Amino acid sequence: MNKLKLIVKREFFAKVKNKSFIILTILSPLLMVGLMLLIVFLNKQNSQEIKSIAYVDESVLLTSVFTDSENMKFVNLTDLGISEAKNITKDNYEGLVYIPKSESLNSLSEGVEYFSVDAPSINLLNQIEYRLEKGIRDLKIAELQVDVDKIKGADTKVFIISENFSGEKSSKMGSVLRMLVGGAFGYLIFMFIIIYGTSVMRSVIEEKTSRIIEVIISSVKPFQLMLGKILGNALAGILQFVIWAISLLLLWSVITFVFGQEPASSSAAIGSLNPEMAQHVEGSSISDIQTILAEISNLPLFTMIFSFIFYFLGGYLIYSSIYAAIGAAVDSETDTQQFMMPVLMPLIIAIYVGFSVIENPHGPIAIGFSLFPLTSPIVMLMRIPFGVPWWQIIVSMFLLIVTFLAIVWFAAKIYRVGILMYGKKPSYKELYKWLKY
Amino acid sequence: MENILTIDSVCKNYGDFTALNNVSISVPKGSVFGLLGPNGAGKTSLIRIINQITLPDSGKVILDGEDLNPHHIKNIGYLPEERGLYKSMKVGEQAMYLAQLKGLSHSEAKKRLKYWFEKFEISDWWNKKIQELSKGMAQKVQFIVTVMHNPKLLIFDEPFSGFDPINANLIKDEILQLRDEGATIIFSTHRMESVEELCDHIALINKSNKILDGKLNDIKQQFKTNQFEVGLSCNNCESLLKEINAKFITKSIKSIAFNENIRLLVSLKNDETSNDLIQFLNNKAQITHFTEVIPSANDIFLKAVSNN
Repeated sequence: MNKLKLIVKREFFAKVKNKSFIILTILSPLLMVGLMLLIVFLNKQNSQEIKSIAYVDESVLLTSVFTDSENMKFVNLTDLGISEAKNITKDNYEGLVYIPKSESLNSLSEGVEYFSVDAPSINLLNQIEYRLEKGIRDLKIAELQVDVDKIKGADTKVFIISENFSGEKSSKMGSVLRMLVGGAFGYLIFMFIIIYGTSVMRSVIEEKTSRIIEVIISSVKPFQLMLGKILGNALAGILQFVIWAISLLLLWSVITFVFGQEPASSSAAIGSLNPEMAQHVEGSSISDIQTILAEISNLPLFTMIFSFIFYFLGGYLIYSSIYAAIGAAVDSETDTQQFMMPVLMPLIIAIYVGFSVIENPHGPIAIGFSLFPLTSPIVMLMRIPFGVPWWQIIVSMFLLIVTFLAIVWFAAKIYRVGILMYGKKPSYKELYKWLKY
Repeated sequence: MENILTIDSVCKNYGDFTALNNVSISVPKGSVFGLLGPNGAGKTSLIRIINQITLPDSGKVILDGEDLNPHHIKNIGYLPEERGLYKSMKVGEQAMYLAQLKGLSHSEAKKRLKYWFEKFEISDWWNKKIQELSKGMAQKVQFIVTVMHNPKLLIFDEPFSGFDPINANLIKDEILQLRDEGATIIFSTHRMESVEELCDHIALINKSNKILDGKLNDIKQQFKTNQFEVGLSCNNCESLLKEINAKFITKSIKSIAFNENIRLLVSLKNDETSNDLIQFLNNKAQITHFTEVIPSANDIFLKAVSNN
């Protein structure tokens, strides 16, 4: 037991003192903070820009549509005629909206054109289209000699607030957030398993090629060495995750502070959202960020962090023992290719399945793959933000533990024989034979 | 003499391959025991079993009166033929780690390492990485790591490879000193001159079987062929030579000392003794040289292996 502790300690420090570990651990959150701030800053810059747009309305019916707004200014060039207006627009304005003469209100929408030097953003076109549609609609209603205000009174906006049976509210924005968070967590586990699994494998190969292995296993059992190596690397992984989690938490509080969001209920945040704006004006406004922040506090954060650590450990332990066995079976890293593919396969499948799972988190595929132990660490983690029944989590965790024990047993056998075998690259048949030595 | 290690009918198979076939060896306490054999004979398999790296399929290993068990790890020091240390780990850190794995406490490990590092005058390497050291320097560190826990039984597999003659001598003296302090040394090598120099007991393994073991002197007695090297100073040498050849089987030797005319290798029959030969020569010439030919370890090795 004491020796295991020594090995874990050595492996942990060998990993943590490594320069690339330090750089990756510290730099990644900084990079993320920097990137987020940059995006927020750029978005702000973008939405502050006022676009001046010219228009030629030959129908003379829609002039009232072109009223200036926060980020758009309109200039009426109808008097100049279309060809002159085009020339002027080219040098002076962002673009030119052209509405041709029209016989009836029905054909008014046909032949509307937008001229600009650069291709316009979909966002801009959407906004103009929305204004025109609304204008034509008002005109049509007026033609029917119905009071426009009455019609408007009949319009209803429905904004569904979904709520589970224990009273937690969620919104559409929340669902998107869940997808993002689930996807990110699943992907993170995928990366962690591969990075730390490979690191275990490298460390095994290093001991083998530097030939220290024989000295060590004359002092400890090969299984102890393998386990110590796996645990030491896992601790390094957890340390890295904790550092990242803390820095993200700090980042979150900084953002919360900067945007002055009180830890308000989500309904208040939703109330501050103008539904019309949400539908038609894309891009990050302050109210969006407030909604996101409110939704983050709505996520099952504790369950997520706990299950992240559990599934990381479970998945990592399974895969890293396979990686350790591979490392023991070969003489150099270049020989690992033929064994790596079958190991990576379930992980890659899990990621693909996972990304379709977040669309339908409670379907049979989602449930199946989140129980299957080779994919569950990734798929289950992607489902958890959406809420998973307890029995599924327990079954999946149980299967994971059983599989872990079985795989470690197999891996240890191959490892024990492999570390002392030099020379040729073993075939699968030989690996099978090793199990019986 | 008491045995520190008894290997009793040990067998080890890898699949269809038999690495050790019913091997029994006894290593007396305080001896330098040469474990000899051609490449692939099964020496490493046997050493790994003694080190509990692998388990025998059948048979028993008894160390110091007890069945081999994990507590014995701290009583054994092993220098494998294929050596190595963590390349990017600092010398001191690494030695401390390996010492603690052998069961020494932190403070004890530090004390012993300090002693050995000072003895080998390498204290200033403590914070260097192995990859910054030369091969010979790394070997010294490896030697210290092998012996620092004062094991009762030391196993050296080709200990002198990689050392220059000066350092090889240093290591040889250390090995002998360790023996004088009470350790038993198992010494596996192909270099027969060092066997001759160091070992008092040997065992020879060939093709998974032990074919020979015992005290080196006894084995030499066993392998000697009643051959004598004789130097003669004579007046009528040609007729003398004829006379000798008529009675004995001889072989002439080229290298002649300055005071003699003939040097011969004389093989006696089983019932003849050296006295018979001396008597025969006594009246005919002056004997300048007379020794019994004792087979070298090398001769024994070659003979035993080829007979097998």
